[in-house]
Amino acid sequence: MIRLIDVHKEYDNGTKALKGINLRIEDGEFVFLVGPSGSGKSTIIKLLTAEITASQGRVIVNGYNLNNIRRWQIPHMRRTLGIIFQDFRLIEKKTVQGNLEFAMRTVGASGREMRKRIPYVLDLVGLEDKADVFPNEMSGGEQQRVAIARALVNNPKMIIADEPTGNLDPRRSLEIMTLLERINAMGTTMLVVTHERDLVNRFSKRVVAIKDGEMIRDGQGGYYRA
Amino acid sequence: MRRFNLGYFIKEGFSSIFSHGLMSFAAVCMIVACLIIMGSFSLLAVNVDGMLSQLEEENEFLAFIDEGYTDEQIRTLMEQVRQMDNVGDVTYITREQAKADYLKGHETEGLYVNLPDEVLRDRLSIHVIDLERFQETVDAVCDLPGVANHRAAGEVAEGFVAVRNAVTALAYVLIGILAAVSLFIISNTTRLAAFARREEIAIMKMCGATDGFVRWPFIVEGLILGIMGALVAFFFQWAVYAGVSKALVDGGAAGLFSLIDFQMMWKRVLGVFVLSGSAIGALGSSFAIRKFLQV
Repeated sequence: MIRLIDVHKEYDNGTKALKGINLRIEDGEFVFLVGPSGSGKSTIIKLLTAEITASQGRVIVNGYNLNNIRRWQIPHMRRTLGIIFQDFRLIEKKTVQGNLEFAMRTVGASGREMRKRIPYVLDLVGLEDKADVFPNEMSGGEQQRVAIARALVNNPKMIIADEPTGNLDPRRSLEIMTLLERINAMGTTMLVVTHERDLVNRFSKRVVAIKDGEMIRDGQGGYYRA
Repeated sequence: MRRFNLGYFIKEGFSSIFSHGLMSFAAVCMIVACLIIMGSFSLLAVNVDGMLSQLEEENEFLAFIDEGYTDEQIRTLMEQVRQMDNVGDVTYITREQAKADYLKGHETEGLYVNLPDEVLRDRLSIHVIDLERFQETVDAVCDLPGVANHRAAGEVAEGFVAVRNAVTALAYVLIGILAAVSLFIISNTTRLAAFARREEIAIMKMCGATDGFVRWPFIVEGLILGIMGALVAFFFQWAVYAGVSKALVDGGAAGLFSLIDFQMMWKRVLGVFVLSGSAIGALGSSFAIRKFLQV
């Protein structure tokens, strides 16, 4: 569950990135966070992942109050999240299996846990036969699937996808979004940041739109214009 | 640290060393240089200290007793000296005994044969505990009533003390400087490794890795470099020490300066080297990685 209560963020250089954002996302929801470049989407993600702190207001993520979270608690909070990036951020020198093992080892998983979980997740994203392939031998869509698998492998409560289809063609984008919808249907909360209108309009989901740091829309489905 | 992470940390530490081999080599060389210089000065200090201890064992001076003193007064004086701080042993030598001792070295010289006993004085032979306070002790004894004069060769003792102090001070300064330089080099090596892996570190942190999990492979890398440097330095040090010992013997200086056998102290030297190398490696890495944990 995410709660942003009257959140303001002003950077050191004086830029006011967020101006009084109120947002509540319940467990199991699928939410698109949309808005033009510079609207404050990335700032919201950085707040949710505790990379930065709010200048004013309260941020609560999966039971952690990020306003007064202690440094040692941040890793534990992040383990409740799975993050997907636009540029995939896979480790090129590791295979698909290696990338997933890397993510699991990070949270202290044992070899037995890895052997059990990784095939299941690869099957879920449709890459069961690509475990030994290196990322640079795969297409963009496949690499993003690996990134989704990595986000899922530690069984997070919520996935935050930052422009997950930004580097993909329309067909692959649709596949990825369908996959995210399927994962959401299995109970994982999904927050997808995007500025692709067509995709957003294709899926009848809750859409939160922000512009110039202010929320301008929060509604279920419907047509969205950037 | 979880048990099943240890292997991973060691593997990552080794792989990181080889991924920037030249810098790792430079770091090991720096540690070797640092430890050899540190070791050489420490061994020099140990040897000077050893010589000083030998000197201290033999170190004594003579306090001549006032001629008008009776046996009872001499006993009291002896007791007073014995009670003094820094006085180890006190022996009373009568003038007859002193003459006999003196003549031992001059049996063939007729001039001394008829030397009357009265020429020499009764005396106390006083053994000093701490050579560094030699002159202070001599002065204190001379201030006692009944002590007419003294004979002491404090210059040699003072010279040894000065050399020991100078070597020790120089060793500390050099150790400090070289340790700082080594820390800097190790720190840069780790920083280079961390920079090359900054993307991995960022991914780890986003996946929920603790600072410790990210830091340990780098600390292991620093430890390995430190231990490697320590081992190389140890064998170098051994060779250098053996070379110097041999040169002293060959040069005929063995009677003047006999070095302590390396076999007697190799365990201690190895222990100090490994501990110092490990500390430099681990600390250097810890300092370097801090910046990359701010994700």
